[in-house]
Amino acid sequence: MPLPAEFADLESFQDWALPTEPERYAKRLASSMDEMQALYDAAMPRLEAALDHCDKHDFTDLPEDVRTLMHLLQSVVMVSFPVECWSQPRVPDSGAAYLDLLVEPGF
Amino acid sequence: MPHFAKPPAGSWTEQYPELGTAPVDYTDSIDPAFYEDERAAIFKRTWLNVGRVERIPRTGNYFTKELAAAGTSLIIVRGADKKVRAFHNVCRHRGNKLVWNDYPNEEVSGTCRQFTCKYHAWRYSLEGELTFVQQEGEFFDLDKKDFGLKEVACDVWEGFVFVNLDPQETLTEYLGEMATGLEGYPFHEMTEVYTYKAEIGSNWKLFIDAFAEFYHAPVLHQKQATKDEADKLLGYGFEALHYELYSPHSMISSWGGMAPPKDPSMVKPIERALRSGLFGPWDRPAIDGLDPAELPAGINPAKHRAWGTDSFEIFPNFTLLFWAPGWYLTYHYWPTAVDRHIFEANLYFVPPKNARERMAQELAAVTFKEYALQDANTLEATQTMIATRTVTEFPLCDQELLLRHLHKVVADKVEEYRDAAAR
Ligand code: FES
Ligand SMILES: [Fe+2]
Repeated sequence: MPLPAEFADLESFQDWALPTEPERYAKRLASSMDEMQALYDAAMPRLEAALDHCDKHDFTDLPEDVRTLMHLLQSVVMVSFPVECWSQPRVPDSGAAYLDLLVEPGF
Repeated sequence: MPHFAKPPAGSWTEQYPELGTAPVDYTDSIDPAFYEDERAAIFKRTWLNVGRVERIPRTGNYFTKELAAAGTSLIIVRGADKKVRAFHNVCRHRGNKLVWNDYPNEEVSGTCRQFTCKYHAWRYSLEGELTFVQQEGEFFDLDKKDFGLKEVACDVWEGFVFVNLDPQETLTEYLGEMATGLEGYPFHEMTEVYTYKAEIGSNWKLFIDAFAEFYHAPVLHQKQATKDEADKLLGYGFEALHYELYSPHSMISSWGGMAPPKDPSMVKPIERALRSGLFGPWDRPAIDGLDPAELPAGINPAKHRAWGTDSFEIFPNFTLLFWAPGWYLTYHYWPTAVDRHIFEANLYFVPPKNARERMAQELAAVTFKEYALQDANTLEATQTMIATRTVTEFPLCDQELLLRHLHKVVADKVEEYRDAAAR
């Protein structure tokens, strides 16, 4: 599903618009820092506008393209830790530890 | 230089002379014989929280709970009379596990009108009565009334479902004064849930140790804060606002200056953008009961202006953690072996009304996981080294009071059990 027309500038990052946390986390682990930095740099300046756009709609009944935008924003949050703190995809000092998100709220 | 007042006894720990101040023996976390007695002395006879009523709102909703430490599997189900009951998950015919899907050791949930055994189709009502026996005429004087499911004590406190294989007192008596102080918190409005699970290569008590003190936070988690903030936090160290033991339960109350931060440059760009972080969304949801003045008396017991979070340790393995901005989370530590346990965390929020609120919660959830991964991994390192027995006794500081208390309560209960067994 494409992004809303107003956010066509983020179209090349559409493969980050993943609906579940396990998918977003797996993509983070499989990505390079350059790839995540590119998403972050493109999306952060657009975050405020994106939230405004989403909030023009009833949150209990989002159109598909807005939902896609929300999933992209979830990935921005997911890469914010590697970009802002870790300088690597994995959490430092986390070794083989994992924590599966089994239930997450939908929208 | 202390930042917050300590009790007149001079320290939090010395208020409780029975705990002493000597180094603590951690053999309780590596000794298989101790673990076996711990199962019998604690997990088979203590009220254990298995979740919330919102998981089973309607007649026929059920979930199963694997209780390795108590040596059983349970079915928790809401009956036609709306009552929540717990049963051993075992068929009375030849002992098949009654409720499971493809993998008998995995927990399941769902909705049904009755339970039907996969093996020979015996059926049970939601209230546990045996209602159907295949080829009943082939049996010998079988009275179905005598073969209902084995029921387990089950009770509900503030929407939290507890079970007990061998109750020594009622749930209310067991939870006592500490829980009374939390009644009235709007738990039932916080139905937006994130559920995390992991298997951890450490004794269950070591993870409680990690989450029952915040003293490690400025050290282990220092890279999570901006550089200036991390340096400042490390310089301050950590001191709680208040500790209270309600043996066997306990609590720690802490300040929380990061939600919202006094100086926005102290937090990361994503936190500024989404107005959220580890302490949760900065903007409190618009429901009744969350204003600091309206919170139940047990929360923020020191009534401190800088209050940020309280963590309540409900013995043995259930943590309830409240954050000032108006959300809470729970931890459960389910032992599976002396050096292994299943860790479960649930984050509970008021359902968001818009995308902004949703994304603020998303950041809190993602942040939680980053921290928890560091905590979890540290535990495996700890377990491997205490298991060497090179060092058996460890000095605990005043900010580690809850740990000292946990290990003492467990030791006392196991000793009491051993004494009774020897008599
Ligand atoms: S074991 Fe359940 S019907 Fe036979
Ligand atoms: Fe931690």
